[in-house]
Amino acid sequence: MALYHNPPMAYAQEPTTAPIEHRFNPYSDNGGSILAIAGSDFSVIAGDTRQSEGYNIQTRYARKVWQLTDKAVLATNGFAADGNNFVKKVKQRLEWYEHAHHKPMGLKSIARMIQTMLYGKRFFPYYVYNILGGIEEDGTGAVYSFDPVGSYEREACRAAGAAQSLIQPFLDNQIYFKNQQPEPGSQPFIPGNLPLGTVLSLVVDSFTSATERHIEVGDGMEIYVVMKKGRSTDDLLGDKGLASGMTIEELPSLGESISEGEGGERTFLVRQALKRD
Amino acid sequence: MNSVLTHIQPSSTHSRLEEQDEFEHTDSAAWGSMAGFGNLSRTGGIAGMSVPRVANPTAFLDMHTDNMSSNPEAKIKIAHGTTTLAFKFQGGVIVAVDSRATAGSYVASGTVKKVIEINKFLLGTMAGGAADCQYWETYLGMQCRLHELRNKERISVAAASKILSNIVYQYKGMGLSMGTMVCGWDKTGPQIFYVDDDGQRLKGNLFSVGSGSTFAYGVLDQGYRWDLTDEEAQELGRRSIIAAGHRDAYSGNTCNLYHVKENGWDFIGNYDVNELWYEYEAKKKADRETATAATAPSPMAVEP
Repeated sequence: MALYHNPPMAYAQEPTTAPIEHRFNPYSDNGGSILAIAGSDFSVIAGDTRQSEGYNIQTRYARKVWQLTDKAVLATNGFAADGNNFVKKVKQRLEWYEHAHHKPMGLKSIARMIQTMLYGKRFFPYYVYNILGGIEEDGTGAVYSFDPVGSYEREACRAAGAAQSLIQPFLDNQIYFKNQQPEPGSQPFIPGNLPLGTVLSLVVDSFTSATERHIEVGDGMEIYVVMKKGRSTDDLLGDKGLASGMTIEELPSLGESISEGEGGERTFLVRQALKRD
Repeated sequence: MNSVLTHIQPSSTHSRLEEQDEFEHTDSAAWGSMAGFGNLSRTGGIAGMSVPRVANPTAFLDMHTDNMSSNPEAKIKIAHGTTTLAFKFQGGVIVAVDSRATAGSYVASGTVKKVIEINKFLLGTMAGGAADCQYWETYLGMQCRLHELRNKERISVAAASKILSNIVYQYKGMGLSMGTMVCGWDKTGPQIFYVDDDGQRLKGNLFSVGSGSTFAYGVLDQGYRWDLTDEEAQELGRRSIIAAGHRDAYSGNTCNLYHVKENGWDFIGNYDVNELWYEYEAKKKADRETATAATAPSPMAVEP
């Protein structure tokens, strides 16, 4: 009750400052960009590693791309805290599914699950743009892109994040051959059939260019390459071998390895340095 | 008692009441399917839609998303749908939509599927929030299937659309954004119901929804008759979307065309808006030239 007593007159007459606004603002934008491209029998999912808030770089290495299963990789962008938490919950649900059904969840099911998980927070959204890449049950490479509240679509390629508007038009031109005309007499363009080497260099070029023109992109990049069961890995290194400053490692299978060696899908992680200024 | 054991025991020990729902006492975690069921509770209802703990959740949503279009500068840009139309005629229902999704002035996607295939006989269209339409119309598909299993009969379009309008009415004022047409063919023939986010549900012959709807209506109204042939009707739907895609900046890219007939819907095709517009222009020009050639006064005309 004491709270509601009138203050002594001396205070009441004093000029007051403007009322303090108490707004609940749980969101922040941590910049960065992500990108995924599907091939006929592989999928490439990439993201930069810079995390910033305004003009301040918080860290030069923050993970934005996550391996979920042997055939699914998820990239998140937007508010890092929401993104990390969302990935944690997705992984938990995938584990429960595996315990219940004795098999990992398929890619299209993961996509539908992500929709329902995002929509479950329709009135208190995750500020996260998700891109899911991997290998479909029929062995084709696939990319699914989501909005923050769960609308999704399967596509051949998608860029999201701070440099979305810089990267996506480039991808439209190089992957979908938008605004290009085949030379007279030559074969028509068929989207979605580019070789892995070409796709990898498109990804690297996208990020090096975005780094030049966007202050929130840079430091380093991580490229996950998911390959169909039994696919040759020769073209991963290209003709001239790995570009300078690039490292590559094969990620161990997450499943209980049924057979050693030529088991199922294989995932490779390619790292590449980006400019740090 | 151990919930799994109860479930395994022979049913003779169960009361009738318990048998009505065999998973009544089974914690879903016991068989792991809390995963994979989304937000759906065991009975198919929606559970655990989280709402921020603030005095006014709607104002919170408004402040942080561009959902209600009152705050276009908000951080969270929700994909928006744009021109859709559907009309009944002698040969069934024509459904035509564009494929552009915009976030602010950025074209977020040019390949959106704005016709949601609820089942073999039902189609839903998407205008407003893409996620709201996609999620609730998928959910509607599940409810329609349950109706079939329970009643050994396909659901009517009227009943299906009413399930949807009842759902959105429950969420009224919470910031859902959808303007949809539920189209299909049931016992009573072709049907269209318009359902929107404030719970409105209308039966009609002809609807167009979205920012490009005014342009679509213009073409649609001047060409619409009940006794249109299948080809004429498909062309009218397509032409209307092309016109809207040309004049409305928030619509465009491609047109998806569906035709609902007695035995379910057919996907007719996907058409590039820009290409078709110039095809129509070229045809108009060619027609004009042949017309002027035909009506031009002959220099040898003789007075009667």
